[in-house]
Amino acid sequence: MAYKHFEAIEKHAGLLGVLIAIMVSIGGLAEITPLFMAAHSVKAPPGVKPYDPLRLAGRDIYVREGCYLCHSQMIRALRAETQRYGHYSTAEESVYDRPFQWGSKRTGPDLARVGGKYSDQWQRMHLMNPRALVPASNMPGFPWLARATLDPADIQARMRVLRELGDPYTDADIAGAPAAVAGKTEMDALIAYLQGLGIKNEPQPPAAAASAGGTP
Amino acid sequence: MPNTEYYNDKVVRQFLLAAAVWGIIGMSFGVYAAAELMWPALNFDIPWMTFSRIRPDHTFGVIFAFGGSALMGTCYYVVQRTGHARLALGRLATFTFWGWQLICVLAMVTMPLGITQSKEYAEPEWFIDILIAIVWVSFGAVFFASLARRRIQHIYVANWYYGAFIIAVGLLHIVNNLAVPVSLWKSYPIYSGVVDAMVEWWYGHNAVAFFLTAGFLGMMYYFVPRQAKQPLWSYRFSIVNFWALISVYMWAGSHHLMYTALPDWVQSVGMAFSLILLMPSWGSAANGLLTFNGSWERLRTDPAAKFMVMSLVFYAAATFEGSMMAIKTVNSLSHYTDWTIAHVHSGSLGWVAMITIGSLYAMAPRALGKPEMHSRKSMELHFWLHMMGTLMYVGSMWTAGVTEGVMWRATQPDGALTYPFIASLIAVKPMYLIRWGGGLLILSGMWVMAWNLWHTADDARARLIKPIPVPIPEPVPHQVPAPLPAAG
Repeated sequence: MAYKHFEAIEKHAGLLGVLIAIMVSIGGLAEITPLFMAAHSVKAPPGVKPYDPLRLAGRDIYVREGCYLCHSQMIRALRAETQRYGHYSTAEESVYDRPFQWGSKRTGPDLARVGGKYSDQWQRMHLMNPRALVPASNMPGFPWLARATLDPADIQARMRVLRELGDPYTDADIAGAPAAVAGKTEMDALIAYLQGLGIKNEPQPPAAAASAGGTP
Repeated sequence: MPNTEYYNDKVVRQFLLAAAVWGIIGMSFGVYAAAELMWPALNFDIPWMTFSRIRPDHTFGVIFAFGGSALMGTCYYVVQRTGHARLALGRLATFTFWGWQLICVLAMVTMPLGITQSKEYAEPEWFIDILIAIVWVSFGAVFFASLARRRIQHIYVANWYYGAFIIAVGLLHIVNNLAVPVSLWKSYPIYSGVVDAMVEWWYGHNAVAFFLTAGFLGMMYYFVPRQAKQPLWSYRFSIVNFWALISVYMWAGSHHLMYTALPDWVQSVGMAFSLILLMPSWGSAANGLLTFNGSWERLRTDPAAKFMVMSLVFYAAATFEGSMMAIKTVNSLSHYTDWTIAHVHSGSLGWVAMITIGSLYAMAPRALGKPEMHSRKSMELHFWLHMMGTLMYVGSMWTAGVTEGVMWRATQPDGALTYPFIASLIAVKPMYLIRWGGGLLILSGMWVMAWNLWHTADDARARLIKPIPVPIPEPVPHQVPAPLPAAG
């Protein structure tokens, strides 16, 4: 392109700004628009339900504490990963995750299917002081979680907002929330969340799906 | 025509001071976080001192508080110098300074208290996000209004990069942070699962592209020729690289999600564009480096030039590494490991911090009314502290990353995994110690810079500075925009 064709852009700030805005928008639109379209067709499989009140509270504590900075929740479709952590993660499993917590770094192991791998008591002791159970661990302790109790009204407010965003909570679900979290600590909630991770939502071949029962 | 118009350097000096202070704060958080990975008891079981709560303070502190202040300060400096006109909308410019500082303080205080969206590099909650949007739009208004009242018809290329940085970051910030608040302290994003992941990494990757690359390239395109004391190697090449860079970068975000539940075609498109991206990246680095052709002897006498040259070398190295890591095969090993941390820091400590420090050393004496920095020796010291620290940091994290990647996938002849997860952590612990040491060196370098700036600023502190008059060029015939009369 000869300079004379380009001169207008180099001498007019407004034209330059508009062209920049167009050029930077193309890539994002091309990749995100189809995903938005596809997102409507991604339906939760039968095993994946919106988080119950206690697990929702636990998930928000996981988000608050920033666990995603050291733990991923995304098992990649690679043999060494599926061998270590279980079935690779699928898009359907995280339809109720706001925000997504796939993470980008594993200072600790992946947690996408950690549910049921350890007992509640193990999780509790480990969160209080990880080095009591894993001497070489560099995970910080989170003992304050055991001292804080949950606020039922807050959980209900959260469920209402999630329902506005499209999560299928019923009026009964929301009305029942205070009873579900009554007397529970943040530690209880976080453990409930962890113990539910990857439980009953693994993609199953059709034949096996019928026989998949409640065993964790 | 009597010359009564002066450059607005006050807001530049304010941002300069803020950059020096936030640099120290942000890197201190980094050093402490690194120490916690080595000695986890250092959180003393206090919530707001825990690694996972202060790590966002490190990233926000160095990227948005340190980098952001340096970018806005140099942007205001450059747009005035290249346009031969005083900054437009002076009060709005002052507002952008105080507004940005308020945002940084709010973010850095709320995140350790657990008020966070937990979206990487977009952690601050919704009310801070709204403030960011307001200040960012004001920043854009000041910049483009200043461009509009320029006296030099041609828009110098540095302003192109600053312009793209402002437009793209505004767009990214708003789209990624759309959320519905539950209360003042908590919100849920409107996206969930795989869409949230794609939007977040489209944001995260392009925050690197437009905040940490385009913005700092704007800095580079003004201060490198200034410090080399000769024109850019190829002006046309810089324009070609500009369009290639801003259009290609936006496609590459999905390389952060290789082998995940993201649709396969998006991953492949991201990988392809990441490889293409190498060309404009190396083009920009080459253009900067070749600008020093014929004045390489300045490296012997000018530490600021030394910082700039090393920053361009690291820019070339980090963008090459980035493109390679976006190849799916490499990514399957490098992802989730400390290799990512090495890559980010070779980009941020090597490229971003060094071009910033070089530019601050170049700009500070001019903005502070001095012939040169207070102490050249301490600039030399800073260069070597920063250089050694960066090499220690990046070298140790590469080693740690590859170790983790190899150990996680190692299998016995019978197909069973060789190592439990904890074995990889034990193996890389010594690397965490070296990384911490490297961070300490870098942080001490920042203190040296702060001391040097403090003494360079003694006239400014005593309010003895004379404002610098704008050199007003003779209007050319048919000038667009029409020539402005000089105004105080």
